[in-house]
Amino acid sequence: MATLTLAGAINAGLRKAMERDPKVLIMGEDVGALGGVFRVTDGLFKDFGGDRVVDTPLAESGIVGTAIGMAMRGYRPVCEIQFDGFIFPAFNQITTQLAKLHYRSQGKISVPVTIRVPYAGGIGAVEHHSESPEVLFAHTAGLRIVSPATPQDGFDMIQQAIASPDPVIVFEPKARYWDKAEVNVDAPFEAATATRSMGRARVARTGDDVTVVAYGPTMRVALQAAQVCQGEGVEAEVIDLRSISPLDTSTVVRSVKKTGRCVVVHEAPTPFGVGAEVAARVAEEAFFVLEAPVLRVGAFYAPYPAAKLEHDYLPSVDRVLDAIDRVTVH
Amino acid sequence: MEDHGPLSDEGVVRLLTHTGERLDHPLYSRYAADLDTTTLRRMWRDMVIVRAFDHEATSLQRQGELGLWAQALGQEAAQIGSGYALHPSDWVFPSYREHGVAYLRGVNLANILRIFRGIEHGSWVPDEHHFHLYTLVIAAHTLHATGYAMAMDRDGLVGSGDPAKDAAVICYFGDGASAEGDTSEALTYAAVNNAPIVFFCQNNQFAISVPTTRQSKVPLARKADGVGIPGVRVDGNDVLAAYAVTREAMERARSGGGPSLIEAFTYRMGAHTTSDDPTRYRTRADEDYWRERDPIARLEAYLTRLGEMSPEYRAQVEQEAKALAEDVRTRTKALGRPPTHDLFDHVFAEPHAQVDADRAWFERYERSFVDTEVHH
Repeated sequence: MATLTLAGAINAGLRKAMERDPKVLIMGEDVGALGGVFRVTDGLFKDFGGDRVVDTPLAESGIVGTAIGMAMRGYRPVCEIQFDGFIFPAFNQITTQLAKLHYRSQGKISVPVTIRVPYAGGIGAVEHHSESPEVLFAHTAGLRIVSPATPQDGFDMIQQAIASPDPVIVFEPKARYWDKAEVNVDAPFEAATATRSMGRARVARTGDDVTVVAYGPTMRVALQAAQVCQGEGVEAEVIDLRSISPLDTSTVVRSVKKTGRCVVVHEAPTPFGVGAEVAARVAEEAFFVLEAPVLRVGAFYAPYPAAKLEHDYLPSVDRVLDAIDRVTVH
Repeated sequence: MEDHGPLSDEGVVRLLTHTGERLDHPLYSRYAADLDTTTLRRMWRDMVIVRAFDHEATSLQRQGELGLWAQALGQEAAQIGSGYALHPSDWVFPSYREHGVAYLRGVNLANILRIFRGIEHGSWVPDEHHFHLYTLVIAAHTLHATGYAMAMDRDGLVGSGDPAKDAAVICYFGDGASAEGDTSEALTYAAVNNAPIVFFCQNNQFAISVPTTRQSKVPLARKADGVGIPGVRVDGNDVLAAYAVTREAMERARSGGGPSLIEAFTYRMGAHTTSDDPTRYRTRADEDYWRERDPIARLEAYLTRLGEMSPEYRAQVEQEAKALAEDVRTRTKALGRPPTHDLFDHVFAEPHAQVDADRAWFERYERSFVDTEVHH
């Protein structure tokens, strides 16, 4: 066991993956000597050298596009996109190429590219540094999308993503990079089950009265809300989705069949989001046990605002509690 | 043809005039010196075969057997010439019109039509031919090619001094693709990484209807200057010159000398695809001018001057071309509908809950019709 921050845990996971497989490379802007703007690749350039920790030109389409070419030759590139809002120059490469090569080649070409994206807000950043674009990618078949909420998941998921033969985007909640927790860094790594393990949701807190579904950056808010409403006699079950694609519907539905109520929380704008997807699935699979409509708590349908307004924009503990109140009055 | 700019033949390397006269070039003549008459006759044959295939595919589309066809008509010399300069160990990243190069890499031409008939998106095994799948998103593959070349370099396949081992990538794209951001990024990545890659731009003068003057102020080869790599313009209708400049560039790339850019100035004699209508945007006079510069006729004129073009050889090649066209037609018309499970297979390499659920639902749905029939 080791006490690690989320950033430190991902760093440790990257190191393990690089030690295990010489084909693993890190590519991105400032990932070398600087160790990344969030220091997630800290020390790796020094220990593995510039051939394996590659500072690329400042061109995101190029990062992902050349990573695809390298993956076609058996490498396992891990691309860092410096901030969520800067992934869009690579959107074409990710959605029309990376996501589709295995399919369009009838499985003859695998592109095991991992893309790491520090995402979501809450750190008082300037424009384009706080966004949550996960569903833009989840809507494209061929990409696996995960988001760790804990250092343990940061450590495990980055290794699972790298080991997976499929392209994986790891959305890392940057506001949680400095949260510390105990991480089991010594458990043997299971490559054969990596993809499957990565796709499972986790019950982070048990309760019988309401199911609160969250992931990545909103797990903290969800757990805090659960703590508060416990004082008011409402036991919330909190589910950490961990994976957006695939979405572990069965873990959510199992919980809702117990509680009859469901609230989904994410930082991305509410319309057309993960919350809408979860609500639809719950309606399809657990409609007759529902005591109340499924509610979504997300950001407003507005561009990410200036930093002084971000706490009004993002789902807060109070807004989650408000939703819990509204589903439990029924 | 214009006097200057991307639609002129300013600075092109040419080893054959359009009437088949041999020219000397201070640098490139020696790179074509190994083309003996047997090879030249084979090159002519290959161009004829590819054109016959192209013609057959166009007919198949017109008869409703293909959804679409993208002709390579007029670009045979650029493709066959450059393709002859490649080694089996080299890797090709085509765009979607490189049927001539596909042919030289051993791809069964009939397989290409599987894509255009709607059977599948990729119809050959890239590893078997060192010929990647066609890419329809313009210029996206220039970055894949660059990354692939960077990986070959890491794998020690460059600059070993062993000609049997050294290899490089050639990436084909067009004048339209030259304006794409991905092409600029690919040139940058290739240059700063000294990647073993040759960018081979076929400037066929049109991106569908838009002339190259709307893509660039300068001849496209000059884009190399901006990233500090060699760039050369070649007469793309001169198979000898296309071979010579590609050979020189590939030798440099294989030996560790880094990337370069070739602009093959040619003319798309056909339409962009069978859905296009070139009469709306170009003149008959322009087409006639370029028909006089037909790449196949040019090599034929040269071979005739050399006394190497006999009626017997022409008849033999025409027979081969006819047989190939018939084979392509038979194979294409025999193609059935792909199996339904192709819809779900290979979305991911490992099982994915959503794909599994969709597949299971669809199978149940289809079975429901079978059950109904049984009960009745």
